Amino acid sequence: MKKLFRHREIQLLAAIVALTLLIAVRFPIFIEPSSLGSVYTDTSILIILALGQMTVILTRCVDLSTSAVLALCGMIAAMLNSMYPDIPVILLVLLAIVAGGVLGAINGLLVWKLEMPPIVVTLGTMTVFRGVIFLLTNGKWINAHQMSDAFKALPRDSFIGIPVLSWASILVIVIMFVALGRTALGRSFFAVGGNANAAVYAGIDPGRTRFIAFVISGALSGLAGYLWISRYAVAYVDIALGFELDVVAACVIGGVSIAGGIGSVPGAVLGALFLGIIKNALPVINVSPFWQLAISGTVIIIAVAFNARAERKKGRVILRKAEVTA
Amino acid sequence: MTTMTARQIPDRLKSGLERALKSWESLLFAVAVAIFVVNCFASPYFLDPWNLSDATYNFTEKALVALAMALVIISGEIDLSVAAIIALCSTLMGAALKMGAGPYELVAVGLVVGVACGAVNGWLITGLGLPSIVVTIGTMSLFRGISFIILGDKAYTGYPEAFSWFGQGYVWYVFTFELVLFVVMAILFYILLHRTSFGRLVFSIGNNQTAALFSGVKVARVKFILFMLTGLMSGVAAVCLTARLGSTRPSIATGLELEAITMVVLGGVNINGGSGSILGVVLAALIVGLVTFGLGLLNVPGIVMSIFTGLLLILVIAIPVILGKISRRRKAA
Repeated sequence: MKKLFRHREIQLLAAIVALTLLIAVRFPIFIEPSSLGSVYTDTSILIILALGQMTVILTRCVDLSTSAVLALCGMIAAMLNSMYPDIPVILLVLLAIVAGGVLGAINGLLVWKLEMPPIVVTLGTMTVFRGVIFLLTNGKWINAHQMSDAFKALPRDSFIGIPVLSWASILVIVIMFVALGRTALGRSFFAVGGNANAAVYAGIDPGRTRFIAFVISGALSGLAGYLWISRYAVAYVDIALGFELDVVAACVIGGVSIAGGIGSVPGAVLGALFLGIIKNALPVINVSPFWQLAISGTVIIIAVAFNARAERKKGRVILRKAEVTA
Repeated sequence: MTTMTARQIPDRLKSGLERALKSWESLLFAVAVAIFVVNCFASPYFLDPWNLSDATYNFTEKALVALAMALVIISGEIDLSVAAIIALCSTLMGAALKMGAGPYELVAVGLVVGVACGAVNGWLITGLGLPSIVVTIGTMSLFRGISFIILGDKAYTGYPEAFSWFGQGYVWYVFTFELVLFVVMAILFYILLHRTSFGRLVFSIGNNQTAALFSGVKVARVKFILFMLTGLMSGVAAVCLTARLGSTRPSIATGLELEAITMVVLGGVNINGGSGSILGVVLAALIVGLVTFGLGLLNVPGIVMSIFTGLLLILVIAIPVILGKISRRRKAA
């Protein structure tokens, strides 16, 4: 039991259950299945983005441009839909993913080929991508009536009682779980972030691996872009502004180390759910939504302090063991 | 991976004049002059002293923050929370105004809140040993979040006339208070970084933190001071910005951290720490100000200007790397 609790994911799960129960004591309506289901659906986009972000952070980089990529890809999909309503929606989804991958590749190439610090690169591309949306649209909004019904309906369509939006995030979770845990490429993300020099000796090219991580993050942001815009049925320049902070926060809360090499798919998913529950619980418990920003800030700081302590402890234990065996 | 090339140590150093001419700062100076000349031809309204005086508002507040940010980045850290600190300072100044504070008390509130926010950052980073990028992402949400809690969708207005002087007043002829303040601060920061032992400590920490620690440098204390200094300068910027706008909304100064960091990096400060100069940052601030003012005269909307800022940030780092690669390849061939 004690051993079980040492796992980061279990601790977080316990915290999430405790938080939910705490809310449920006062407001039982919150834990009705339909309510919990809608919390998950609401958090789906954050989960998808957090898994992309985690891949990047694992390689000791950070992608601050995710929400700008999301907005740009979503806008491209929405514009095409409003101009050519006959294009099948699935093609637009694929296009959004590819466009996201290309934008991610720009970040990745700058980090790989020019060895630029990822935080500067993505801060720069963040503003550039947002500006490009403005150039594309001249600042105009694309409203619900300009989008085709099929375009808006897809994320809400339900399949075996669960909306497609939730299915999309479940699919991404499964793919990322297998890809990060069971493939050579997935392990190389951990290797590069854990020790880039050692990774080179293991035959891994850190630059290339980081590039791939940025492409994955971009592609997932592109997918999230379509989902976001079709769900809220409106597209404009400032969509998802500042959402990248929530995404990084979800990763940090989920135990992903900002120094790279440490993290897990379940952790990032739980981190995102933790934020999602807080976000959805605030209106239920009658707290102004204006509190949300400060709460996520506080949670980030607490989580990162927690992570740092956990990582430090691990080092000590190994040393003690070595001394005992020596 | 990077190809390791043997570093060539010249037999003797180049002459002072040659080094000065080839330095990043002289390149920036040339660029600034070029932009100035282009602007003169692009718009007939550019070369008017009052217009130019107005133009300084494009960069003074950001540049005040950039001065302190330069020191933080040289020491190998980063502070993404500066814009949020400005928002919180401005909000609490507004709250103090509602409680009947006079203009000088308002300034005091702004500065004290700024230093306090910086101290929170500094404590989390040096006291708990957390990475500055995550801490300041967190405090960025926290500080701005507190502003949102206090203000919601409302705004504070009705700042007294005497207070507005800090953002709109003139010290002499066309020279605004903000511009004079910036020049004074730039000189103070130049002295602090380049002429005091504290400045040398900042460089030593940025170059090799472990070596600095083993040499007896109180690394944690220096960093703590640097974050407080950044908080203080954010407070100063908050006073100027609030006084200039005459109102406070929780979304005030959104994205200012990006522009401040752009100025610092454009000014030749190594984003990984260890090198940089205040002169470079001042010239970079001038360039950013001239570009935004010139584009403004040509009726380019603000968000398109931000594309230039973003591209500038990337190109400024990318071009030296590309040039270095080309020259290395040429040497190898």
